[in-house]
Amino acid sequence: MQKKVFFRGRLLPLVLLAPQLAVTVVFFFWPAGQAILQSTMREDAFGFSREFVGLENFREVLEDPAWVNAALNSFVFSALVAGLALGLALFLAVQADKSLRGATVYRSLLIWPYAVAPAVAAVLWLFLFQPQVGLIGRGLNAIGIAWDYRLNGGQAMTLIVIAAAWKQLAYNFIFFLAGLQSIPASVLEAAAIDGARPTRRFWTVIFPLLSPTTFFLLVVNLTYAFFETFGIIHALTGGGPAKATETLIYKVYVDGVENLNLGQSSAQSVILMIIVIALTAIQFRAVEKKVHY
Amino acid sequence: MATLSLHGVRKSFNNTAVLHGIDLEVADGELVVIVGASGCGKSTLLRIVAGLETPSDGQVVINGRDVTGLEPADRDIAMVFQNYALYPHMSVFGNMAYGLKIRGLPRAEIDRRVRDAAGILGIEPLLDRKPKQLSGGQRQRVAMGRAIVREPALFLFDEPLSNLDAKLRVQMRAEIRRLQRRLGVTSLFVTHDQVEAMTLGDRLVVMNAGRPAQVAPPMEIFARPADTYVAGFIGSPSMNFIPAALDQGNASARLADGTLVPFPEGHRPGSAGQPITLGVRPEHLLPGEGEGEGAIPLAVELIEPLGSETVVHGRAPGGLAITARLPGTFSGSVLPVRLPGAHLHVFDAETGRRLDP
Repeated sequence: MQKKVFFRGRLLPLVLLAPQLAVTVVFFFWPAGQAILQSTMREDAFGFSREFVGLENFREVLEDPAWVNAALNSFVFSALVAGLALGLALFLAVQADKSLRGATVYRSLLIWPYAVAPAVAAVLWLFLFQPQVGLIGRGLNAIGIAWDYRLNGGQAMTLIVIAAAWKQLAYNFIFFLAGLQSIPASVLEAAAIDGARPTRRFWTVIFPLLSPTTFFLLVVNLTYAFFETFGIIHALTGGGPAKATETLIYKVYVDGVENLNLGQSSAQSVILMIIVIALTAIQFRAVEKKVHY
Repeated sequence: MATLSLHGVRKSFNNTAVLHGIDLEVADGELVVIVGASGCGKSTLLRIVAGLETPSDGQVVINGRDVTGLEPADRDIAMVFQNYALYPHMSVFGNMAYGLKIRGLPRAEIDRRVRDAAGILGIEPLLDRKPKQLSGGQRQRVAMGRAIVREPALFLFDEPLSNLDAKLRVQMRAEIRRLQRRLGVTSLFVTHDQVEAMTLGDRLVVMNAGRPAQVAPPMEIFARPADTYVAGFIGSPSMNFIPAALDQGNASARLADGTLVPFPEGHRPGSAGQPITLGVRPEHLLPGEGEGEGAIPLAVELIEPLGSETVVHGRAPGGLAITARLPGTFSGSVLPVRLPGAHLHVFDAETGRRLDP
């Protein structure tokens, strides 16, 4: 049942919409427009002069090996985060879906990480994996594994993947749990009577029925890993060592804020904008077409 | 081909006893219907046989093999669920073939069996469709097909017809009966619908609060209900119950107004003056002509014309509600009825058990 409300005048609806519109314009459209404008300009670091260079910035960015490296890092990072966060969340949701004792406590606890701010989450992981003060970091060194994510690029990537995946785990978990609970118990019982053991039931019945949820989450997770992990990377590795964990979004920050190369940084932003628009389009498509069984 | 035996099956959920010791023997090829009101434990019993619930006590024996501790997969059974429980992401063919694929049957064999079953059920044109593209009746058939292709030792039906509309239900009921006869598979069928139970079952188990109130062929249950619960549950409209007492050396019943109703079948056991309950089916009441001896003048409250017959709901002078089923039509405000001698059911008023001569 949808109720339609009619307003008499024009003013009230406009006033009611104004705050949201203002936020959208000031924080989204204006910066986006600025970024597009700036991506076609070349400007000196102190802002005394700027000249129009057309698509020159884009050409330079795409030819820059550092950008290609960041793009590669982004893809590796996103794939690992999405894979880890989805896989683990699915596993936990399957466990939580079983009628366990204390299941509600378990479920509530799993939802908590989502409420933790990215930078705070990063600090938590820092305390665990820091080689000198971190519990696990010290432990690893104690058993003879040379652990120092500030020196080893692979270890740095591992660390930010773990932290970013942990942060996204709760979100995935909730969706998977809801998806699992919407599968009728009788369908699983029918499969059990048909002779399917739990593992087989999972792969032939549960997993296919979860596929709309999984696809939706995959897009959400990729978007998250691409665009919302700046805080975690910044607090944990700062893109290092030797740019080993510099992703596209992080490079935008480094080039724009640290190196003050506004034109190229903007060009990178515009490229990211195009990627996020594409991902969002896919996601909306998926939500619309979402296979309802 | 198989037999099923239940020995002292009990089930409690958190100290609430749902089944109080069920013993049942189902012969090879027999269709036994478990019927009862909701909450009587009939579905729980079926799920215990299927292995979806574990009994708190007792044994389930299929074909002489104790399967109590076995998984559903190892019991060689097939089940048809109330909501059909088809796999929504598989085609009709996939649904029917699923159990066979798991058993690792060769492709050709699976194909042959599925097509055979589809032929029997008349669903060959639907094999490529998904369940959501099917009507209720078609889904029902696919669910049946999924059970048939497995060629199991035992069919279990959990109220499979209750989601269908009335007309389709009657049609599917007949089909299930025909199919079960033709395949000769031992079957257990759970329903709350007494008409379904009567028409389908070789034997009925009438369940009441976790106990089998009576286990017998349908007509015997109808003709000789074991207690007032069974008597009231089976038959539509329900049997009339009239309080009375034994009199004349237990050869008659004395009604509240003093009328004596003799038992033509003979004496009933019991002490003189013992309170009893007389049971009379609405169709057995004799509509009287005028106010003769022993006639109860019913004040008519509701008339339900059913076409070939009429159900009259009325009240006896004492306030007792009585229903009569008359051939043809009826109109009027008073209906005098007489209790028949031949079709009287006599029950102990206290225990509700049937008193036989």
